[in-house]
Amino acid sequence: MAEIKEKEIQSLSEVTVRFAGDSGDGMQLTGSQFSDTTAIVGNDLATLPDYPAEIRAPAGTLYGVSGFQLHFSSSDIHTPGDNPDVLVAMNPAALKINLKDLRPGAMIIVNTDSFDPKNLKIAHYDTNPLEDDSLSGFEVIEIPITTLTTNALEGSPLSIKEVTRSKNFFALGLMYWLFNRPIEPTIEWIQTKFKNSPDIADANLKVLKAGYYYGDATQLFSARYIVKPAALPKGTYRNISGNEASALGVLAASLKSGLDLFLGTYPITPASDILHYLSRYKNYGVVTFQAEDEIAGMASAIGAAYGGALAISTTSGPGLALKTEATGLAVMTELPVVIINVQRGGPSTGLPTKTEQADLMQSLYGRNGESPVVVLAASTPSDCFYMAFEACQIALKYMTPVILLTDGYIANGSEPWKLPEENDLPEIKVNFRTEKEGFNPYERDENLSRPWAVPGTKGLEHRIGGLEKEDVTGNVSYDPENHHRMVTLRAEKVQKVQQDVPDLQINGDPEGDLLVIGWGGTYGAITEAVNRSRKAGMKVSQIHIKHLNPLPANLGKIIKSFKQVLVPELNMGQLAYILRSEYFVDVIKLSKVKGLPFKSVEVQNKIAEILGGNNGK
Amino acid sequence: MENKTIDTQELQVKLTAKDFSSGQDVRWCPGCGDYSILAQVQRTFPDIGIKKENIVWVSGIGCSSRFPYYMDTFGFHGIHGRAPAIASGLKSAHPELSVWVATGDGDLMSIGGNHFIHTCRKNMDLKILMFNNRIYGLTKGQYSPTSEKGKVTKSTPFGSVDYPFNPVSLALGAEATFVARSLDRDPKHMQEMIRKAAAHTGTAFIEIFQNCNIFNDGAFELLTNKETKPEYVLQLEHGKPLIFGVHRDKGIKLDGFELKVININEGDNSINDVLVHDEEDSNPIRAFMLAHMTDNPDLPTPVGVFRRKLKPTYDEGVWNQISHFQAKKGKGTLKDLLYSGNTWEVK
Ligand code: SF4
Repeated sequence: MAEIKEKEIQSLSEVTVRFAGDSGDGMQLTGSQFSDTTAIVGNDLATLPDYPAEIRAPAGTLYGVSGFQLHFSSSDIHTPGDNPDVLVAMNPAALKINLKDLRPGAMIIVNTDSFDPKNLKIAHYDTNPLEDDSLSGFEVIEIPITTLTTNALEGSPLSIKEVTRSKNFFALGLMYWLFNRPIEPTIEWIQTKFKNSPDIADANLKVLKAGYYYGDATQLFSARYIVKPAALPKGTYRNISGNEASALGVLAASLKSGLDLFLGTYPITPASDILHYLSRYKNYGVVTFQAEDEIAGMASAIGAAYGGALAISTTSGPGLALKTEATGLAVMTELPVVIINVQRGGPSTGLPTKTEQADLMQSLYGRNGESPVVVLAASTPSDCFYMAFEACQIALKYMTPVILLTDGYIANGSEPWKLPEENDLPEIKVNFRTEKEGFNPYERDENLSRPWAVPGTKGLEHRIGGLEKEDVTGNVSYDPENHHRMVTLRAEKVQKVQQDVPDLQINGDPEGDLLVIGWGGTYGAITEAVNRSRKAGMKVSQIHIKHLNPLPANLGKIIKSFKQVLVPELNMGQLAYILRSEYFVDVIKLSKVKGLPFKSVEVQNKIAEILGGNNGK
Repeated sequence: MENKTIDTQELQVKLTAKDFSSGQDVRWCPGCGDYSILAQVQRTFPDIGIKKENIVWVSGIGCSSRFPYYMDTFGFHGIHGRAPAIASGLKSAHPELSVWVATGDGDLMSIGGNHFIHTCRKNMDLKILMFNNRIYGLTKGQYSPTSEKGKVTKSTPFGSVDYPFNPVSLALGAEATFVARSLDRDPKHMQEMIRKAAAHTGTAFIEIFQNCNIFNDGAFELLTNKETKPEYVLQLEHGKPLIFGVHRDKGIKLDGFELKVININEGDNSINDVLVHDEEDSNPIRAFMLAHMTDNPDLPTPVGVFRRKLKPTYDEGVWNQISHFQAKKGKGTLKDLLYSGNTWEVK
């Protein structure tokens, strides 16, 4: 037996780890377990799951590689990290795909068992990278993970296939050891998750522990690492993904408004998780209607809203396109419906599992006729909660459809979230019309909002629909003057929402050489880039837009206080186009359309290029 | 909303047909069969035992879909084909409402086909009245998915080459739990069908043959003309033999897997050879055979209830689950919601 001696413990301020393997290797699960545990020990963190569209791509292929990146730190962080410090590569394909992203000198933990001629060939390796010097710039740790897993499970009643499937828990256990994380949360998780398959639970537990002790028992690692807890504000936290936060946000709005929640939707990547989460909350009175198609998802939400429910529809780009016509109906009938669009790579089917921000124009303008809706965008996973809540508030107050844009990156990524107290969230007032006297379906209040008169209310029987309405009475009208008036009123109503849009806060000085304007899920990367550039002495500031229609009232004034404006977007320049036409400002674009989020360094380099200087190095 | 079931308590004041008229100018072409459908609905609704404010009419696009404007109930004029989807959302979220769909053959069989079959499949508790005039009226005369093959219309000047849907067969195939047919020119019969649909819990589909006197005049002439009707129409009546003809001497016989017309007074034939209609038959095969008589020129066209079946509805299922979990776990609170899962304290 090898002598076990206490390893040196080194303290790090931040680490980026990437788990990578076949899409069937359980990398997403490994990554999310590591994230949850890391959150519990008090680090700040951000994650980037990145997986192929195929559920089980052929084993060993480059396109079948599934990855999960996690950045954790003892201080406040905003991104999942630009370049991993540690890569866990379960097979040659995972190594090949991810190598280029690693920082020089990074640690690579490989499962040597999978580096056989067959897998090397599938990954298009002519020679074994473990045997040539192609990895010489890295610290390579070779571990026969499959063999060790099989050994740990000797005598197990499971089949060979089932046994080797546990190997991701070996990697997880090893990483827990390496970074000094407790294994208990995962033990508990395994016990609950596999409570109906005790053999599998037992195998996973054994392998998890085997991985953990392996680190201790071998001389492979010269040190263990700790990343001290971040100094996060006091409170109760949970680790939350954007999709879960969106689900909780609309449900919180349902509770705060006293309205039953109705979700009309159709499964689509990467939005389906919102449906999965909401379908669990039966005791909250949530109706989840999995419709026959996207159109019916939206149409059913309109029906539910007409009846007085808090109605939601969730989707991603191609689905939003299908909801177009029905969204116009919600505009015309002035009913409160919230559409959550989790953007993915387009056009058409595009890149279903990859992130993009290219549905902004579609959300603003993608309907026939003059058809304004309120458009919001969430900036981080936990921000999805607040934006979903706000989307409901606006929809109900102004009787209007609201599109909330999130994206695959923040929807699947997670971060620690300081939970709000019940009283931190405002009550949402809903006034159903009950008074028969003087009732007109299209009379308007001071917010230009029309009354919500729901079926079941005696004496308020009335008819509405998609044909143009006569002002006030809501009767069908083809009158030219009336149509012009109604088009104007609908636009004015949406513009009125600006009174509830908070002023933009500037990160940095209120004036300077460069203003970086972002929106949606690029918040983290831009913030990090701007903060670093400022440290390097550049006169750069940042604003982040979460209200795309109407835009915040102080936006124009802020823009005028800077010499130049940079707009980084994961599209070809959609917000840039809007800013140019709204504010006559010459905007510099930074476009990236690769299905991946910005690395902060990409934004930082652009800032340096514009301002000159030393790139903060 | 507390009450999640349709309130069928005795109504305080007896309403009349007039109470269901919205007073809006009815804008269908003079002579259109839609007038009769509107009249029959307004005549029957005072008796179906549902409060006016709990009734909602939802429609799509087309001549038929103007229907909600003329009813003094809640009404929602939707978009083309989507009425069943809008109505499904309304009914699922608010099962206490009685939700009716007015639609046409183009609206429901063409652009709305998908929504229709899934509404039936789910047994959503909706009443669907499909006005079948076998033509596109509002867009001025193109052939529809129920137009007969070879139909010459504006869009098929040399005759259509595609085959029509048999709406009753489609509804049966999609497992609608109440499937019936009626005629615009048979007010009594239509009233009876509307009443039966109202009394049914689950998806109720009524195909109503409706004359479009502008673009497809006389499409159902043989079925509605006093002279020809007895020979061409077969009344389906539950528990009764399938008899028709001016002299009520013709019957439908099940001969193997064929339906045949026999004269009950000829040869060895008797009334006992005639198929007795069973709308509650658990096996759908005979209902399908009856549906397909429509396409057979040698057989009369059946009207009445083809099939009626009771099974739990979608909306019932949804709300049963909700009440089950509310009873088991208690109504969820915001605190439970947020502070669930793996949480930790930062002190
Ligand atoms: S076009 Fe035909 S269906 Fe339409 S209203 Fe006129 S007669 Fe009736």
